[in-house]
Amino acid sequence: MPLLEVHNYTKRFHVHHLEREILAFEGLEFWLNPGEFMLVRGPNGVGKSTLLRCLYRTCIPTGGQALYDSLHGPGDLARAADVDIALLRRSEIGHVTQFLHPRPRVSALDLAAEPLALAGRMWEDARSEAAEWLEAFRLKRDIWHAYPATFSGGEQQKVNLVRALIRPQRLLLLDEPTASLDVTTRAALIERLRELKARGVALIGVFHHDSDVVGLVDRELRLA
Amino acid sequence: MTSLAFDLPRLLTTAPLLRARRLTKHYGAIPAVAGVDLDVYPGEVLGIVGESGSGKSTILRLLNLEEAPDTGDYTLTIDGYRGRNLFTLDRYDRRALRVRHIGIVYQNPLHGLRMHITSSGNVAERLIMAGERRFATLRNAARDALDASEFPLARMDDIPRRLSGGMQQRVQLAKAIALQPMVLLLDEPTTGLDVSVQALVLDTLKRIQRELHVATIIVSHDLGVIRTLADRVLVMRHGRVVEHGLTDQVLDDPQDAYTQQLVAAKL
Repeated sequence: MPLLEVHNYTKRFHVHHLEREILAFEGLEFWLNPGEFMLVRGPNGVGKSTLLRCLYRTCIPTGGQALYDSLHGPGDLARAADVDIALLRRSEIGHVTQFLHPRPRVSALDLAAEPLALAGRMWEDARSEAAEWLEAFRLKRDIWHAYPATFSGGEQQKVNLVRALIRPQRLLLLDEPTASLDVTTRAALIERLRELKARGVALIGVFHHDSDVVGLVDRELRLA
Repeated sequence: MTSLAFDLPRLLTTAPLLRARRLTKHYGAIPAVAGVDLDVYPGEVLGIVGESGSGKSTILRLLNLEEAPDTGDYTLTIDGYRGRNLFTLDRYDRRALRVRHIGIVYQNPLHGLRMHITSSGNVAERLIMAGERRFATLRNAARDALDASEFPLARMDDIPRRLSGGMQQRVQLAKAIALQPMVLLLDEPTTGLDVSVQALVLDTLKRIQRELHVATIIVSHDLGVIRTLADRVLVMRHGRVVEHGLTDQVLDDPQDAYTQQLVAAKL
């Protein structure tokens, strides 16, 4: 069984006050093996980000199946219980979004280390590993202990990337992770993705600059 | 309920710490809570949102065993109480369970604190109720709990009436966590606080949650607070749960008409 097998995946948003349904995508079919990278392509508004959110279950798909071969047992991401999805998010499935949600009074370093601490690592260990990641993504040391609410878009995105990548994963969903990064940080990110892929992590990504990942892509899903 | 019917948990092998079924409570003819089911897992934060009068705080009072429901089952997976409907406990057992295993922070500190005894005395009172009598132990435990709640220890012998709203909330929190409860109930813990104090209280709650791994239920009007603290959320209206789900899902892809209104109304 592949790591992820998606059949007839469909999402419609029902907007009550407009009394209408808005189609995001329908009838999607694809599968993914460990260590494979699938690039999702298509013009703006065709549901690329929504597809990732439906796999992470930030959005609820309205039809179809996403059969995922978890270490805890097989399950359908479209229908699994909320607590099962929460378990998979803590232990196996990561989602890199375009935006950081900074929390008041929480430093960049602590925010970056938090997912690892929640996954069971000692707080000091988590901080020390987060520091290595922040270094790799070239976030200035001077601001590691500052609150990210005042950071630039690129600086916030670096913290966001570390939060998403620091945890052990088997499936990583990437929603335009390079959009606000400079060339050097983009290269550092791509190198990290290459390492994760080599370790068997499956990746599904939407990229603003498709050329960034050209050497990593095993297959493409084109939405129209 | 608008939420789609998902599978029962199959991957998570842990049992819920708190389980309530068919909670129902009327005040006169008015149904405050009408057939609510909820589960909270160890270390999990469940948020409850909804308009005023939707039954959110009533649920907390029922789960704190302050009020009896009309009907309903309530179980905690705690040694000595496993499998028992806690609503049927006698007064003595109910008090023992509340003192030892359930902490609560009320929106109004007047409900949770004695305003005429010191802050440290308020916290120590909980330990006295649990049987501790040694002054030094009480004093140290109160100091530790206040410190964990980021209360300024120089003020620990002030009476709550002389403290700011944010400090009063931290005394309530210290009192709630002094005996490291299994269940923490938070009723609008940051409402009425200015944003910087709110941030401090939120950060403290998040850290305590991480360190104590307690099962928490938080009621709040503030969707930002819920997004920050809660893993899952229930949306209530007219005493019923109209939608439930993972917090990001309910806030980003609300299914029910009322939840869509609620999320759209957020500034």
